[in-house]
Amino acid sequence: MKLNVNGRDVEVAADPATPLLYVLRGELALNGAKFGCGLGQCGACTVLADGEPIFSCLTPLSVLQSRKIRTVEGLGTLQNPGPLQSAFIEEQAAQCGYCIPGMMMRAQALLEKAPGASEDEIRAHLSPSLCRCGTHMRILRAVARAMKAKA
Amino acid sequence: MTLLAGCGAQEAMAPLDASAKLPPDPQRIAQGARLAALGNCMGCHTAPGGKPYAGGRGLETPFGTIYGTNITPDAETGIGGWSQAAFARAMREGLDNNGRHLYPAFPYDYFTRLTDDDLASLYAFLMAREPVKQENRASRVPIPRVAVALWNKLYLKKGPIEADPGKSGEWNRGAYLVRGLAHCGACHTPRDRLGGEIKQADFAGGEAEGWHAPALNADSPSPVPWTRDALHAYLRTGIAESHALTAGPMTGVVRDLKQVLDEDVRAIATYIASLDRRTPGERRKAADEAFANTKRDAADNARGRVVYEGACAQCHDRGRDAEGGALQLALASGLTIPTSRNLAHIILEGIEPREGERGPWMPAFAGSLGEQDLADLLAYLRSLTGRAPWKDTHEAQR
Repeated sequence: MKLNVNGRDVEVAADPATPLLYVLRGELALNGAKFGCGLGQCGACTVLADGEPIFSCLTPLSVLQSRKIRTVEGLGTLQNPGPLQSAFIEEQAAQCGYCIPGMMMRAQALLEKAPGASEDEIRAHLSPSLCRCGTHMRILRAVARAMKAKA
Repeated sequence: MTLLAGCGAQEAMAPLDASAKLPPDPQRIAQGARLAALGNCMGCHTAPGGKPYAGGRGLETPFGTIYGTNITPDAETGIGGWSQAAFARAMREGLDNNGRHLYPAFPYDYFTRLTDDDLASLYAFLMAREPVKQENRASRVPIPRVAVALWNKLYLKKGPIEADPGKSGEWNRGAYLVRGLAHCGACHTPRDRLGGEIKQADFAGGEAEGWHAPALNADSPSPVPWTRDALHAYLRTGIAESHALTAGPMTGVVRDLKQVLDEDVRAIATYIASLDRRTPGERRKAADEAFANTKRDAADNARGRVVYEGACAQCHDRGRDAEGGALQLALASGLTIPTSRNLAHIILEGIEPREGERGPWMPAFAGSLGEQDLADLLAYLRSLTGRAPWKDTHEAQR
């Protein structure tokens, strides 16, 4: 099967029913998206498909063939982090960091669709993603900072 | 025209005499609170995020959008100036304080069955609410209110229902609630083109805000037929063994029923269960088929099956007994009703618990599944039931 990930066309061997997450991590060595619950309950696996946040643990390859997939690796690099990544670093929004790639991708969707979103809108939008460390306030500040930087 | 003139707008009621107000009776108000919950009054009379009973929620009907009114005791914008007689007339005849016809989206054709005592309690409860100054939104219905008089001639049967002495007190209580305050048939009975209920098709399944309200009579699509106990659990908690969760407009109904006396919920369950007149043998056969369908292989819908395996099977293949597991879908009435709309709603929007509650929960798939993916999935799920394929798997998503 052919997929388009972070702007690159890739050929993957997995069965079309395989959820994307396992292919990202197992075949493509893109380990940003995390396995949290495997049930779409925690958001650690969130990536974008045509700009929409999706739970990659519950999205089979078969529905992604003609869509552009973006993972946290597509937002920037270690040397050259993207605007949202910079905002997360500046606010020191990660504690253990497990939820952060999913948080970022969900936030990225809002940043692109509703760049002037209010704090209430950010909260509502991020609610499907959970953080067990409790750094929510910093995460909210980081997303608000990125919103401001973009405005 | 003479007919219209003869049965059109009625007299205005005398304004409420504030000096004649009785002191609040806490017991009556508490009884009124339970009755308001039984009637799901909040469902229409409270806007999302709005003040309780202050109105403003839009109800989509085939005739246009009708907004629930402010029924707090604010004198200017609510019903603060209404006497108890005016309230009773509104409930039983569908006329507001000024004698103007209310649209029958307000189910006075059900509320007409209420006893004087229940009306007095409801009135006492509403008059003890916090008054909220909030103007009513004008309904967008291109039908003159005076035409409602004709509708009433056709469909409004005023007065109480007769008790059936051959049935138990519980059953009769259930009939009074289901056919009165709880107005179950307002959604679960099909309507004709004038929006009147088709009486020959009592509880044969209807419509509610873009959702199908399943049949409650012998045509019930429930894969495992409902029993009194299962209905009781469902109405009390929103979940019953071998049945799907509440979703759509029924969620608010069940939320309100949590505030109601258990004996009343039991009475409703008893009455509703009695509507399904199939024999015990027929019901057992239906249940056996449903459980057999959980093991059915529907390989001929290959694309939908692939979507199911990647997106749904992690939870729904394991059944509710497993950690994080969910109902095996062959047991869900969303698959057996005549339309795929309810299932499309649930898959696209997911099921979100109320603020502060941890469940029930299902992720929304709106961003993940394209229209054809969802149509394939719906077709696959329908094929698990052995019923004729749905024809609306694309329209259902709009």
